[in-house]
Amino acid sequence: MSKRHLLALFSNFDEAELVVQELRNTQINGFNVNDDMIVKSAIEHPEVEEFLGEKPVYVQWFTLFGALMGGLLGFFLISGAQANFYAQLKGGKPIVPLPPNFVLTYEMFILGGVFITVLGFLICAGLPARRSPLYSANVSEDQIGILVKSDEGASNTLKEIFSKHQALEIQEEAGK
Amino acid sequence: MKDIREDIAWAKINQDVLKSLENPRKLYWWILAVALGMLGIAVGCEVYQYNVGMGVANMDNPHMWGLYIATFIFWIGMSHSGTLLSAILHLMHADWRKPIYRFAEAMTTFSLLTAGLFVAVHIGRVWQMYYALPYPNERGLWPNFQSPLLWDAMAIFTYLSSSILFLYVGMIPDLAICRDRIHAGWRKKLYTLLSLGWEGTDRQWRNFRVTYLTIACFLIPLAVSVHSIVASDFGMSQAPGWHVTSFPPYFVAGALYSGCAAIITLFIILRYVFRFEEYMTLPILKKIVRLTFAIAMVWTYLNAVEFASVWYSHDEASKDVLIQKASGTYAPFWWAMIFCGSILPITLAFKRFQTNIPVLFAVSLLLNLGMWLERWMIVAPTFSHGIYPWAWDHDQWPSFVQWGMVFGSFGWFTLLFMLFCKIFPSVSMYEVKEMVYHRSLHLKKGEADEQGAH
Repeated sequence: MSKRHLLALFSNFDEAELVVQELRNTQINGFNVNDDMIVKSAIEHPEVEEFLGEKPVYVQWFTLFGALMGGLLGFFLISGAQANFYAQLKGGKPIVPLPPNFVLTYEMFILGGVFITVLGFLICAGLPARRSPLYSANVSEDQIGILVKSDEGASNTLKEIFSKHQALEIQEEAGK
Repeated sequence: MKDIREDIAWAKINQDVLKSLENPRKLYWWILAVALGMLGIAVGCEVYQYNVGMGVANMDNPHMWGLYIATFIFWIGMSHSGTLLSAILHLMHADWRKPIYRFAEAMTTFSLLTAGLFVAVHIGRVWQMYYALPYPNERGLWPNFQSPLLWDAMAIFTYLSSSILFLYVGMIPDLAICRDRIHAGWRKKLYTLLSLGWEGTDRQWRNFRVTYLTIACFLIPLAVSVHSIVASDFGMSQAPGWHVTSFPPYFVAGALYSGCAAIITLFIILRYVFRFEEYMTLPILKKIVRLTFAIAMVWTYLNAVEFASVWYSHDEASKDVLIQKASGTYAPFWWAMIFCGSILPITLAFKRFQTNIPVLFAVSLLLNLGMWLERWMIVAPTFSHGIYPWAWDHDQWPSFVQWGMVFGSFGWFTLLFMLFCKIFPSVSMYEVKEMVYHRSLHLKKGEADEQGAH
């Protein structure tokens, strides 16, 4: 069955929260509230997380991996270079001196951490992304958008719920 | 007085900030023209030095580091303002930073770019800059990994790339606003490309929050390490006046100090040029001024610690350098540094001056003059009065080429900074909305509690 997208815009978070609650409490065939709903907002709202339920974030695992790899890579690259740098006279001092190498390892630890964190962010946030089937520039201004995807049969019920909660605008588009 | 009005409409915030991308006051173009002229002088000096050789910079033995390195440290120091406002205050949940942190972050990036130029200029043979990079080569040669100068290069590269990413990531939601609101043209294409298809979904915001916080956590130790390593360029040598234990914290405090003073200067300029009176408010300015005063006192204390530890160390060579600073050829500059860095900031302690824009503008410029003199007074006196007596009659006065390059670096920085503010939103729209939202919620809660009590 073809899927239909609906985007409803609301003027405030309280109204959007009521909509989400009602969508959760109502059994709608062809619509899964956990998978088929996206909330869009102009600012980062702790309330959104509260009414959508906590969802895991994996960026910090990228950070850990990046920082460790950066540090290890830094240390072994430097040590490897020092161990092969025969032209430099060491005068009886260690070939791979740990205290000074710590400084560059530390810098590479941070460099790896930052770079891979950003990479993790792009992957986890799904960026770069194509535009959603429905989008309103008002979402980046001051409105809350609820984008849902459902079977065609469920879209009337969804529209009724949006209208009941004073949606400012409902956009509709047939999916593929 | 409130930091910001709670009843500003979100649409107005977008409108005001986007207007700054199109219609700045006339002063903007004057600043740009002057900056371009200053940069032209520096380019002329560099071309001359490139063709004739380093001799025209009037650097010799023992004066191997002149204004180039002093100014390099100055610009590195300036870059700490962004980290302070963005990262440290972000972790402390100081939400008054929100309207002003974006330009401070931009300051960080552009001052690092300016600092980097001085390394290239100082080398003289700029075309051999790549010698400093660690790359496998048939000669089996590597840079000296134990040298603070190499640490410096690596630390600055890390800081610059991390700062650019931090600035960019933090700007993505605002770039999406620009994409949605700006009409067709090259700007629209640029914002569409850079906003990466951001739509403000719950998934995007969730990951954005964690990412921003994580990079902020990395940037704080990074910023401290960068200036500590710059301090190591001096502190790890045996030269009198440089071999001081307190140098790393002293450098970090100096960096934060000059960064804060520069924030005051640019705050005042941007507020006027882009008509940001509603967002860059006087109560916020007051908070920065107080912060600057506190850091100025820390810097003054660390200066006193340095003088005391040199004085009581019984290291005659170091003591002589200190005496030379206070009474020798460089004495007027050294005393000017003390005046601008330690005495002048006392004006910031007076309430009547904390929101007086002309006074603050003049004071902030003088504070940064003091901080620039500080860097020069670290570099030059040690060279002219080192351990060996043959150096004692070698006072050095920088040539016009060096002065021209220093002068032009301010033009280069201003040019980049002002262009950035014209192309990208210099006030974070989404964060100002968050600030307004949370404050209005807080206000409503307070009113409800009050009604409940009655």
